[in-house]
Amino acid sequence: MIKATLFLLAGAVAWGQATPDGLAQGERLFGSQCAYCHGPRGDGGRGANLAVPRLRHAADDAALVQAISRGIPGTGMPGSALSARQARQVAAFVRTLGRVETEALSGDAARGRWVFEGKGACGRCHTIAGRGGGLGPDLTDAGARSSPQYLREALLDPEKEVPGGFLQVRVVTGDGRRITGVRVNEDTFSLQLRDLSDQVHSFWKRELTEIHKDQGKSPMPAYRSLLAPAEVEDLVAYLVSLQ
Amino acid sequence: MRLLPLLLLVAALRAQVPYERILRAASEPGSWLTYSGTYESQRYSTLSQITRANVGRLKMAWMYQIRGRHKFEATPLVIDDVMYFSEPPSDVTALDLRTGRPLWSYRRNIPEGMIVCCGQVNRGVAALDDQVFVGTVDAHLVALDRKTGRVRWDVEVADYKTGHSITPAPLAVKDKIIIGMAGAEYGVRGFLDAYDARTGRRAWRFWGTPGPGEPGNETWSGDSWKTGGASTWVTGSYDPEANLLYWGTGNPGPDYIGDVREGDNLYSDCLVALDADTGKLKWYFQFVPHDVNDMDSNQIPVLVDTVFRGRPRKLVLFANRNGFYYILDRITGEFLLAKQFARQNWAKGIDPRGRPIPNPATVPSVEGAVVYPDDDGAANWHSPSYSPQTKLFYQNAREWGAIYYRTEAPYEPGKVFAGAGRRRIPGEEGWGALRALDALTGEMRWEFRVHTPPWSGILSTAGRLVFSGTMEGDFFALDADTGKLLWRQQTGGPIWAGPISYLSEGRQYVAIAAGSSLLVFGLD
Repeated sequence: MIKATLFLLAGAVAWGQATPDGLAQGERLFGSQCAYCHGPRGDGGRGANLAVPRLRHAADDAALVQAISRGIPGTGMPGSALSARQARQVAAFVRTLGRVETEALSGDAARGRWVFEGKGACGRCHTIAGRGGGLGPDLTDAGARSSPQYLREALLDPEKEVPGGFLQVRVVTGDGRRITGVRVNEDTFSLQLRDLSDQVHSFWKRELTEIHKDQGKSPMPAYRSLLAPAEVEDLVAYLVSLQ
Repeated sequence: MRLLPLLLLVAALRAQVPYERILRAASEPGSWLTYSGTYESQRYSTLSQITRANVGRLKMAWMYQIRGRHKFEATPLVIDDVMYFSEPPSDVTALDLRTGRPLWSYRRNIPEGMIVCCGQVNRGVAALDDQVFVGTVDAHLVALDRKTGRVRWDVEVADYKTGHSITPAPLAVKDKIIIGMAGAEYGVRGFLDAYDARTGRRAWRFWGTPGPGEPGNETWSGDSWKTGGASTWVTGSYDPEANLLYWGTGNPGPDYIGDVREGDNLYSDCLVALDADTGKLKWYFQFVPHDVNDMDSNQIPVLVDTVFRGRPRKLVLFANRNGFYYILDRITGEFLLAKQFARQNWAKGIDPRGRPIPNPATVPSVEGAVVYPDDDGAANWHSPSYSPQTKLFYQNAREWGAIYYRTEAPYEPGKVFAGAGRRRIPGEEGWGALRALDALTGEMRWEFRVHTPPWSGILSTAGRLVFSGTMEGDFFALDADTGKLLWRQQTGGPIWAGPISYLSEGRQYVAIAAGSSLLVFGLD
C-alpha cells in the first residue's frame, strides 16, 4: 500500500532527492535503520508513531533530517551514522508515512457538516476545534490523518478497526452499578474511565467486582443503519475537509 | 554539638572501600557496596527493622531529582553515610545520606548524536578504595575521587562512533575494574574488559566472539564473527573462592537474520565463567544457539550455595530473557535444570543437555512471525532477588508477544544492524507479574500481577518482604512468603531501577529510582 502511493507522491515531496529511486532507497534505509524501533510501517512500537501528518519533534523537513542525524535529546531517539543524503532520503520516506490516500468524493461537505451536527449527533462524542465531547477521537484534523476509505469504514463499521487508545471497558461497582465507557488510564491498582455521557470516573480496582475489557468493541453506533448512503458520503466529505 | 555531625561526615568521607570490604559485604548490611549488593548478586538484605508488621508505616524520608531527561535506571551504592549513583546519561552524584543533599557531582559532556539503541542510560557506579568508577555512554571508563568527584583518570574503552556504548555499572574485583559494553544492534564485536583501578591501564579483554584460530570461531560462517555482537551490558557476579566472574552475553548480530551467520554463534546468548585475573574462559553455557529473536542473555547471574538434589553444590541461578529459568553448576558449567517461567513459543522444549529445540515458525519473515516473549524479553536487565530465608527466587516476568517482519541488514559501521521491524499483536495488551519461583525447581509458588510488563528490579529483605515497582510508578512491598500486598506508594514516574536497603543513623531505609527522582523511605 505504501509503495502504491510513493510514486504518486514523489513529485510533491520538497526534497530534490525525493525521486522515486530516492524514495525507494529511503524506504530500504527505513527498513534497516528505523523499523527496529518504529515498526516496519512506521506506526510505532518502541519508538514514536511516524504515520501521522505532523511529527511532534520535527515541525519541518530540516528538523526531521536533524532528528534522524543527531537524535532527539532527552528521548530514546539516537543519532545515526547515515550520510546527509541518506538522512534526507529517509526523511522524504517518513513524510510519506503520514500522508493519506485521496479519492474523488461524491459527497457534499456542507451537507455533511449538517449531518454531523444534526442527525448524526457526532459532536456528543467527538471534538472539532475544541468543541464537542471527549469520548471518541478528536476529529479536528481527521482529513489530514485518515483516508476517505478509512473514515467511511469507521462510520459504517466502527469495530472493524478501533483506534488505539480507545479501549471500551465495562465495570461493576461494589454497590452494583454498571458503567460502560472508554479507558482513560489504568495501573495495577486503579482504573479511570470516561462513560458514555462524558463523565470521568476513577476507581480503585478493589472497589470493583467486575472489570471487562472489550478489545475490538466500540461504543460508537454503526451508522450503516442510522444514515442513508448519501448522508454517509456527505459526512465523509465533511470529515475529509477537516485538515 | 553542631560540629559533631560535620566531624563524622569528614571521617566518613575518608573511609576506604578495600576489596576485602566488598568481599564481606553481606556482613555489612547497613551499606550497599556493589551493584547487586554482594558479589553473589542475591539482592537480599539481612536488615529486618522494616517488617511485615510495620511496613505499612513507611514514609518518604527525602527525595532527590536528577537533572537529565533520560530513563533513570541506576542502583545506588551506600558507603559510610554517602550515597553514590549515576544519573543518565553518564553523570555521577554523591549525596549526604542523612539529608539527601549533594556533596559533589560529576557532569560529563556527551557528544551530540550519540548512537545508542535503547536510550542514553546508566545503571550505576562501582567503588574501590578511595575511588568511584563509571562507564559512559560514549564508551569511556572514568575513575573519580570518592571525596570530591574529581576525575582521576578517563580512558576510552571503545569508539562510540561505531556504535559502542557503556550502560552497565562496573564491578570492582581485587585491584581491577570490570566493565561491560553495549552495541550489538550496530554490529560491534562484543567484549568484557578489566582495567587496573589505579592507573586505568587495560589488564585483559575477553572477546564475545572468538577470532580465527580460537575455539568457537568455527561457530560463525565466514567473517560474521567480526560483526557478531555478544555484548556484555549487564553487570555480572563473582565467586572469590573459584576466582571466577560470571557474565551474561548479548544477542548475535544481526539480531534477527541468522542466514548470514550460520552456526551456533558463540559466545552470544551465553553465561561465561572467566578467570578474574586473566579474563580466560573457564566454561560457557549457551542459552540460545544461533539466536534470531534478540534474546540477549544479559541478566543477573545469582550465586547460591545449597544442597541440590541431595548434595551440596555451588549453583548459579539465571532467569533468562527467553522465558526459561536455569540452574547450572557454577564450577563446571554443568546444566542442571531449565523451567519455563513465562509464555514462550520460540523453543519447543529444552533437551537434557540444556539445548533448546527451536520453533522455526518464530524466525522473523517478510510475512511476519509471532514470537513470545517479544524482544524485550520475559526477563531483561532488571535484577531478580534470591532470599535465603524463603528459598524463593523472585523475578519480574514480562508477558507480551510481537510480530517480527524481516528487513534488510547490510553492515556499515555505526548503523543499525538488526534485520527486522516489530509490530504488536492486534488486540493484545502486555502484562506482567512478580513471580516467586522455588529456587531449586523453578516451580511458581505465587505471583503478584501488575498492569504493564515491568522493568523494575527486586529486593528481598530479612523482614520477610519483597520490594519492587511498576511502570505506572507504584513502589510496593509484598509478603515474601505469600505475595500479599502490604504497602505501596505512587511515585509519579515509571520505575526501571532496582531497590536497595541500608542503614542511616541506625535506622533502615529503602531507596528506589522512579521517574526522574531518587526516593528514600523509612519508618516514621
